Amino acid sequence: MSAVPARTLRLELTDASRPRLARHARLKFDKVRELWVLLVPERVLVPDETAIEILNLCDGERSIEDVVDLLSEKYAADRELIRTDVIALLQDLADKGYLINAAEEKS
Amino acid sequence: MSDLLEQPKAETKPLSGAGKSYGIPMSVLAEITHRCPLQCPYCSNPVELDRANAELTTDEWKRVISEMADMGVLQIHFSGGEPTARRDLAELIRHATEVGLYSNLITSAVLLTRDRLAELSDAGLSHVQISFQGSEAQLADRVGGYRGGHGKKLEAARWTRELGLPLTINAVMHRQNLHQLPEIIEMAVALDAERLEVANVQYYGWALKNRAALMPTEEQVDWTTQIVEEARERLHGILAIDYVIPDYYALQPKKCMGGWGQQFFNISPSGKVLPCHAAESITGLQFDSIRDHSLAWIWENSPALNLYRGTDWMPEPCRSCALKEEDFGGCRCQAFALTGNASATDPACSFSPFHEKIFRAAKTEAEGSDQFIYRNFKGGTPEANRS
Ligand code: SF4
Ligand code: SF4
Repeated sequence: MSAVPARTLRLELTDASRPRLARHARLKFDKVRELWVLLVPERVLVPDETAIEILNLCDGERSIEDVVDLLSEKYAADRELIRTDVIALLQDLADKGYLINAAEEKS
Repeated sequence: MSDLLEQPKAETKPLSGAGKSYGIPMSVLAEITHRCPLQCPYCSNPVELDRANAELTTDEWKRVISEMADMGVLQIHFSGGEPTARRDLAELIRHATEVGLYSNLITSAVLLTRDRLAELSDAGLSHVQISFQGSEAQLADRVGGYRGGHGKKLEAARWTRELGLPLTINAVMHRQNLHQLPEIIEMAVALDAERLEVANVQYYGWALKNRAALMPTEEQVDWTTQIVEEARERLHGILAIDYVIPDYYALQPKKCMGGWGQQFFNISPSGKVLPCHAAESITGLQFDSIRDHSLAWIWENSPALNLYRGTDWMPEPCRSCALKEEDFGGCRCQAFALTGNASATDPACSFSPFHEKIFRAAKTEAEGSDQFIYRNFKGGTPEANRS
């Protein structure tokens, strides 16, 4: 019924996904409250420090694997643990429609 | 990640004494006009609509949009009436984008063209919300009192997605269209919407005039809850569905607007600053205008905003209730509409002395006539050929 195919599939993130925030999910530093906020339709979310760091790395260029590599190097922490955390956070945002997988976008 | 709404502590600053505090306003509903080609019988606009010649000018709107950003407002919702009835909408959106606000368009969509929508998108619009009155034209156009409206909405919803804008479908539900909910859910999926808001009519203003024609039955409400729960599970990750049980059939009231004058405000077409879009239904309250004061002054000093801030104003049973910080005693507009006293406990609460009576009245009204009174500048017109 529509020219754009309806999104009937859930976006399932994998190591190869290259996520970035969708246009309607805007991460910004709010100078008045002095905190990072994620602006989404009808809500304002307050990401914690880990989430801010992850989201700032998700630019649509880096894959989830790259992001996990960077973080495990920086914190010299267990790679699997970090991977689980990163995917959990991003999958939750994807399920809410706030993330796009740039690896799937046609250019 | 948590909702900013759920983090009041970092936000609140004392106003005057304990029990009376408020935060930095987070989002604003800008009702830029009351003009609208539709005539929905549940319209949330006041029965006394602002005329076109009373509307704020482009420059006045730009000034207050800048002031909002300075105060810490993060989101602006352009609404009405029908916001696209104003020619300067793109200019206002562009200004909001320039000062860093996240902008949302709440529209009936019947006046949109693809070019106009593209212009709004280029101006930096972040999100589009289109209201639907049903799942098919016959009923939807009757409810909206506008022939051909449903078809135009479908078209505009497709343009929205083609332009890469995220879409929310807002479906205002009541006795006469609730049976179409399953089709509305499928429609939202087919239109590639991200969210569906299943909004129950709230009974003040026009909807109060039409309560007998709109009030759902208890069976419908139970059925709706089942449909929504089933769809949420099935469509997880595909369509988010917002739904709140209608007040008349609830036991605890909603935390209306996150509390009166806490984090939201509304600007009416003529510039009055209100704690919510329905507050003008409370007669006797004087709201300050941006034509007389700065927004920041109004937010701090408006007597009407301060009146029901916090918990100090509360009567019993709220005053000694453990939940008073949770729901702030419910909705003032509803308390006024149902008890004649805006300071009363919201009768949606089962502790309100009016709760039983109102619940029974709802059940009676659910058997009322289907005839609508349409919303317009003449104070309302009864639907023809129906009784
Ligand atoms: S509720 Fe209906 S009549 Fe009222 S502003 Fe919205 S579209 Fe127009
Ligand atoms: S008595 Fe007042 S504070 Fe307590 S639940 Fe009811 S409305 Fe809320």
